[in-house]
Amino acid sequence: MITIGEVAETNAMIEKENLDVRTITMGISLLDCADSDLTQLRRKIHDKIYRCAKDLVRTGEEISRDFGIPIVNKRISVTPIALVGASACKTSADFVSIAKTLDETAKEVGVNFLGGYSALVSKGMTPADELLIRSIPEALTTTDIVCSSVNLGSTKTGIDMDAVRLMGSVIKETAELSEKRNVLNGDSKLVVFCNAPDDNPFMAGAFHGVTEGDVVLNVGVSGPGAVKAALENVRGCDFETLSETIKKTAFKVTRVGQLVAREASKRLGYPFGIVDLSLAPTPAVGDSVADILCEMGLEYAGAPGTTAALAMLNDQVKKGGLMASSYVGGLSGAFIPVSEDQGMINAANAGALTIEKLEAMTCVCSVGLDMIAIPGDTKATTISGIIADEMALGMVNQKTTACRLIPVPGKKVGDVAEFGGLLGHAPIMPVNNFDCSRFVDRRGRIPAPVHSFKN
Amino acid sequence: MQERAIITVVGKDTVGIIAKVCGYLAENGINILDISQTIVQGYFNMMMIVDITSLKLPFDEFSTQLSKLGSETIGVQIRCQKEAIFDAMHRI
Repeated sequence: MITIGEVAETNAMIEKENLDVRTITMGISLLDCADSDLTQLRRKIHDKIYRCAKDLVRTGEEISRDFGIPIVNKRISVTPIALVGASACKTSADFVSIAKTLDETAKEVGVNFLGGYSALVSKGMTPADELLIRSIPEALTTTDIVCSSVNLGSTKTGIDMDAVRLMGSVIKETAELSEKRNVLNGDSKLVVFCNAPDDNPFMAGAFHGVTEGDVVLNVGVSGPGAVKAALENVRGCDFETLSETIKKTAFKVTRVGQLVAREASKRLGYPFGIVDLSLAPTPAVGDSVADILCEMGLEYAGAPGTTAALAMLNDQVKKGGLMASSYVGGLSGAFIPVSEDQGMINAANAGALTIEKLEAMTCVCSVGLDMIAIPGDTKATTISGIIADEMALGMVNQKTTACRLIPVPGKKVGDVAEFGGLLGHAPIMPVNNFDCSRFVDRRGRIPAPVHSFKN
Repeated sequence: MQERAIITVVGKDTVGIIAKVCGYLAENGINILDISQTIVQGYFNMMMIVDITSLKLPFDEFSTQLSKLGSETIGVQIRCQKEAIFDAMHRI
């Protein structure tokens, strides 16, 4: 029988330490909606998403009440739209009209976000891919909850530098258009990847990969607050104790995700895909990955030792989580977004955390340079250069890396950019402005790396 | 198969907490399987394991009513959660 102590522990994790299930994400294949007529295509997309996801939000809320665990977001990911719209879309405006359909349908079923306004161009771009990429600034500033992602490289294919160059200007243009239209900076809903996973439930990078089934349910857990609270009890203990404590907490957190995923699958009648074992912070005080690093013994995230501490944290989270779930996937690791994590914001404000240090940290944890606000006058080629560096880390280390950089027009280093809600706020971080345009302006792609001679 | 839920009651100690909660459970066809209780610094902490197999109303409604009974009539916080979440976290 369950004991009073165990019940109290679970409820303290939920109430005091912000333990929650971050998202139930329904992946929906739109491949069967493809049509050469744009109006037909948009109708089919609406109908399929509505049919599959109409009960998602209600079911999520029911599960949340039954177990007393908050399920913060209900989301949808769809097949990359560059594939679905390839036959119907002749211009970028055609793609934007699909984005609007996605936005309206997502609002109709009541989800928080819909991801999949995406193109997979790790080796090269089709004309449809390029049209979609060029439509991103318009699409993200005329819709509210559609998220976009572009996969620019992979370990197997190398890095498509033409697309990297294009994304530099797209990111800049999106920021400027958002400013002009006085809407949320569209770059907060746009991420570029190397080795993008097909089953990631987290935004902005969620899309439903072509290797997936028709409809699938993926769950992303959270719980940095719970890990931090557990570590408070082992201050000064050795690394073995530290590892064990992180593993045990990650196990418990992931078990909740597994339970919710199974239950959602049973109630909605769609197969369970994966649990993503990520430590995903929010701007709420105490729900911070940076605070875990501080609890491990660093003054601020970014201090010497940060990369080692994060490597260990990430590995133990995986070790604890892997046993707790039958299928693990997505990004699975610690997220280090700057604006969504109060501890990261504090570190950046104190001058402890730079983009270069964050880049090093992304070598050992999931995702990458995430939610980083940079000066609005940063050159497009500099943005492309930062992206190329981050993609190279992913390509060579056979891991997923990503960039969600947000140039903020009119703001300079030291100013603050406000995004609101789960996206938080961020100090504008300094960028290394030495020129890289002659490198970025070269055509073609960086070849795939050799897989032996490891050093 | 028996379906079980965990009820937790936390709040300032007062006369009749258990009586009122148990009365409500009996009215709704719920059998209590186990009760443990402690008082820490004047605060009442109780956990019940109950059998909800023959619950007469939807679980959702039941847990909302129970929490209302706690906050409006007794002045304590009552939560009711299905047992599966604790099993998942604390049992391999």
